[in-house]
Amino acid sequence: MIDKDIKEIIEGFVKKFPCRDSAVLPSLSLIQKKNGYVSEKDMEDLSRILGFSEARIFSAASFYSMLNLKPKGKYHIQICSNVSCSLTGEGPLLDYISGKLGIKEGDTTPDGLFSIEPVECLGSCGYAPAMIINSDHYENLSFERVDEMINVIYEQNITEK
Amino acid sequence: MLYMSKILLRNKDIPNSQSLEVYTGRGGYNALRKALSLPQDDVISMVYESGLRGRGGAGFPAGAKWRMLTKYRVKTVYLICNADEGEPGTFKDRFIMEFDPHLLLEGMLITAYATGAHHGFIYIRGEYDWIAKILVKAIDEAQAHGFIGNNILGSSFSFFVDVFRGAGSYVCGEETALIESLEGKAGRPRLKPPFPAASGLYGDPTLIHNVTTLSYIPFIIGNGPDAFKSAGKAGSGGTHIFGISGHVNKPGIYEYPMGTTLRELIYEAAGGIRGGKHLKAVVPGGMSAPILKADEIDVSMDYQALNAIGTMLGSGGIVVLDEDTSIPMIAQKTAKFYAHESCGQCAPCREGTNMIKYLIDKIIAGEGTAKDIEQILRLCRYIRGSTICAFGIAATLPIAAMIKKFRNEFEALLRD
Ligand SMILES: Cc1cc2nc3c(=O)[nH]c(=O)nc-3n(C[C@H](O)[C@H](O)[C@H](O)COP(=O)(O)O)c2cc1C
Ligand code: SF4
Ligand code: FES
Repeated sequence: MIDKDIKEIIEGFVKKFPCRDSAVLPSLSLIQKKNGYVSEKDMEDLSRILGFSEARIFSAASFYSMLNLKPKGKYHIQICSNVSCSLTGEGPLLDYISGKLGIKEGDTTPDGLFSIEPVECLGSCGYAPAMIINSDHYENLSFERVDEMINVIYEQNITEK
Repeated sequence: MLYMSKILLRNKDIPNSQSLEVYTGRGGYNALRKALSLPQDDVISMVYESGLRGRGGAGFPAGAKWRMLTKYRVKTVYLICNADEGEPGTFKDRFIMEFDPHLLLEGMLITAYATGAHHGFIYIRGEYDWIAKILVKAIDEAQAHGFIGNNILGSSFSFFVDVFRGAGSYVCGEETALIESLEGKAGRPRLKPPFPAASGLYGDPTLIHNVTTLSYIPFIIGNGPDAFKSAGKAGSGGTHIFGISGHVNKPGIYEYPMGTTLRELIYEAAGGIRGGKHLKAVVPGGMSAPILKADEIDVSMDYQALNAIGTMLGSGGIVVLDEDTSIPMIAQKTAKFYAHESCGQCAPCREGTNMIKYLIDKIIAGEGTAKDIEQILRLCRYIRGSTICAFGIAATLPIAAMIKKFRNEFEALLRD
């Protein structure tokens, strides 16, 4: 849902850019940041706020791989599967994490905590392997470090509950 | 002994290099002052004479591009900094933005002054979230001190700049796709002409440059075109930031004169091959640059010399592969990348990249035949030249080169 706060920021984008067309992508990214993903209802609302057709908003939203049109895990892990990241270290990071969490690429754990997805080069090729969790970038990863990171997340979420 | 150059990375290791205070303390924004005291055309001439070529991949001369814009000065002109950095193997622009954001801003300001732009965008890939924040902070700081805004440093020149985040799409690095994306649409490249210089963002004349290209401008204006030229050993002049990854002892980014050899970069700068192994092959300029064999690395790293041996300087991303690397596996990852990132509007690119991926997967699964290898090479030839943007070329050159140079490795995987 696009609440009052989100709507206000979107209206700020419209004022800020020379042309309202440029507000589309920042608005979609903002909605995702606030709501975790971009729903159909969000896109309908956005088309009304910006005064563009729904088709235009849908076609833009579905083009970009960082925009999720379906809910993901609370921690969405995106692992680089490109060349440089596959040359270093202990083997494919994706296989390791997917084995550890017991889910396949594209899936979410039953508790809704994690989802994983392979992605293309993250610009960390010299500091491989690399991944992103939500919007945080991690480089020079080892299986050991990944274990630690996942444990920390588990602990945080138990204490939060 | 190989000496690192310090045109672009001179501030990188200074504490708090992102701050305006450190930047101005080390001579920052003096080149902007100088530029503002010169007629616009003189600034353009200096860049023209420096021989600076675009560092985004295509290597187009920057001065020539600026001159194309001069006839549009009466109209609104936009300046876009291309910080999409999506070419696999490439990770240079991020260091300039993260450690020296004011260098980029000063470069943009001088460029905007010379070409008559009053509004600029930095289009940064969505994955560089932390860097976008650094840029926003640097812009605010520059604005608070009168380097950005109205009547900059008391002159009649005004310039504003926004950071715009991409959302995960390699093809948005292509300049017209980037413009579409800035206009809130899917990032599908436009048919050219018209070129952005005539009709770009919102239909207005637009100049687009890579982060690295723009960051050379303060040096060129501050020190003169000859200082830039003499910083390089080869005809194209200047330095280059090479990102070296893969099987080397010291992966990372290195700034060296244009014309340094690939061997020097691998064995001296990056400390040689990991684990004392032998070199098998190198990708010299981002994944779309055709691969080189170990006996081809005495090449001078400059536009002409690399073109002469059938590859390119591209984005300067060097991927080093040791003797144990399977080239078909590299081809598989490369093919997967292009099949995934094709924007899909040209049938040869959309269908062709998927077909190539399918055939390489088939060969790796041990199901391929000699015909499949021929079919991949045919597809590569067929896609090239029949597409809207250069993605088609970028997708096929590296695959064709891997097959031609390491054909035996592909043949070894065939079903009898
Ligand atoms: C598929 C494709 C992807 C590209 N990606 C980038 C990129 O990530 N960054 C970049 O600066 N240029 C990229 N380019 C090149 C741009 O289209 C353009 O030539 C460049 O931004 C111009 O800047 P320059 O003259 O400073 O090199 C790409 C081109 C193509 C065809
Ligand atoms: S060549 Fe490929 S990426 Fe470029 S416009 Fe055509 S389909 Fe899109
Ligand atoms: S290949 Fe993984 S970050 Fe570039």
